[in-house]
Amino acid sequence: MPVDKDVGVNDTMAKQMLKGNIAIAEAALRAGLEAYFGYPITPQTELLEHLSKRMVDEGRVFLQAESEVAAINMVYGAASTGARVMTSSSSPGISLMQEGMSYIAGSELPVVIVDVMRGGPGLGNILPAQGDYFQVTRSAGHGDFHPIVLAPASVQEAIDFTVLAFDLAEKYRHMVIIAADGQIGQMMEPAELPEMKPINKVRPDWALTGANGRGKRIITSIYLSGEEMETFNQKIQDRLVEIKLNEQRWAELYTDDCVLLVIGYGTAGRIARSAVEAAREKGLKVGLLRPQTLYPFPDDRISELADYTEGCLVVEMNAGQMVDDVRLAVGGQIPVSFYGRMGGIVPLPDEILEAIEDTYEKLTIHTPK
Amino acid sequence: MQEEFVFSGFGGQGVMFLGQLLAYAAMDEGLEVTWIPSYGPEMRGGTAHCTVVIADQPIGSPIVRNPKTAVVFNLPSFEKYESLVKPDGLIAINSALIEDKCTRTDINALEVPATSLAEEVGSVRVANIVMLGALLTALPVIPIERVKAALEGHLPKHRRNLLEINFSALARGAEYVNAMG
Repeated sequence: MPVDKDVGVNDTMAKQMLKGNIAIAEAALRAGLEAYFGYPITPQTELLEHLSKRMVDEGRVFLQAESEVAAINMVYGAASTGARVMTSSSSPGISLMQEGMSYIAGSELPVVIVDVMRGGPGLGNILPAQGDYFQVTRSAGHGDFHPIVLAPASVQEAIDFTVLAFDLAEKYRHMVIIAADGQIGQMMEPAELPEMKPINKVRPDWALTGANGRGKRIITSIYLSGEEMETFNQKIQDRLVEIKLNEQRWAELYTDDCVLLVIGYGTAGRIARSAVEAAREKGLKVGLLRPQTLYPFPDDRISELADYTEGCLVVEMNAGQMVDDVRLAVGGQIPVSFYGRMGGIVPLPDEILEAIEDTYEKLTIHTPK
Repeated sequence: MQEEFVFSGFGGQGVMFLGQLLAYAAMDEGLEVTWIPSYGPEMRGGTAHCTVVIADQPIGSPIVRNPKTAVVFNLPSFEKYESLVKPDGLIAINSALIEDKCTRTDINALEVPATSLAEEVGSVRVANIVMLGALLTALPVIPIERVKAALEGHLPKHRRNLLEINFSALARGAEYVNAMG
């Protein structure tokens, strides 16, 4: 399909028809990406393919590594120089990268990683899924850390979050994961790309730039003494507190008077919107909250909404992972139900509407106000 | 306003491009639009489909169980989508390759021998574009002029020599439906 390749050439139009994968790639390039290292895997390969041409056109580094393990370690090295670097993969490839991701977290490097999630576990399939929620928010690698995790629900958000990812990564000197899914990666929508930003040649004061005329700098994740390690652990935790305070992001619809709050992110959140609109047409007081950051999870707002709603319905493309975070956020104030599809099956609006109606009926019977 | 289209056929019949072309035209018309492919482990000769949703409001789900319109280019696609079209919807059938008739009475069937008409125009490869001309004449959600502009705007440079035959294909499809009355 040659139409895909027009991106980046057509700068005159405000909105372009863009595939999610290509939009992320082009947005990263325009945000000043200096080096990309990766390895192909469906459903994110167009991202790598697009950069293989565009990065070279712009005189920047594109390298298809021999494996995901090599790619993430190249990212580790390049990020140590203070350059904007990125890699992308899909679920099984992210698993392979986890050791490197932990080293990057232990070295406080501002790296952006894109996970276009697919069905699993194992080789699974190439269909859209959200089975990696725990992996990206809880266990992106061994040791005590959480990346910042952004979850786009449209091609425009995929673009905006890519730009945001680099800014957050550098602001906090922290890893950012963009957790998309196969549907976001493969879908085309009109969207607007950012202006091309020049590469920032000013390197941060920790970057390895050659110690000519200055003292040495060390990028490492090794702390042999328990005390030093704990001090470093505390530094990460303090930063995470700050991130939790400042960076919770979400979108809301019809939450002013909702009796039932539907919560979903990414593709599931977007499809839930259609179901919520349909429920409203039927006169049901249903609202939608779509987390845009999975870490930090928008639990302050969810907790606030739990004060004046009767129940929650969480919709995910997995067996129920974010639902745990919702339970933690509402702290037992209201009942939390779940509707999910697995295996790369994307839930359709009519199924979600049915789940909404089921949940709603039980709420009005058991908790009259 | 929300219109939903499924385009389905053998890989190589141009259903993905057809959906993209409609999506471009809808975007240029100032509408909201989503295009999503079936991207399973498919191969040339297998059946492929894409879904296009066009609306004047932000689009929630880009996929639908029961589309308002299905455009089918081969028998397996006809068999799959005939039962799925929404009541009062439309199924556009490439009758040059599909001999079966639509048996549902609660939907409209538009039979267009797109493959044969494309041969008349000069190439079997523009059967998809013939069908789009026919479809947008029967269901004028987007002006055909927009599609022509989208072809001019989005065909890559090395394919510009095919503009004329694509324009002829659009016209042939439109003419066929107009002649049906």
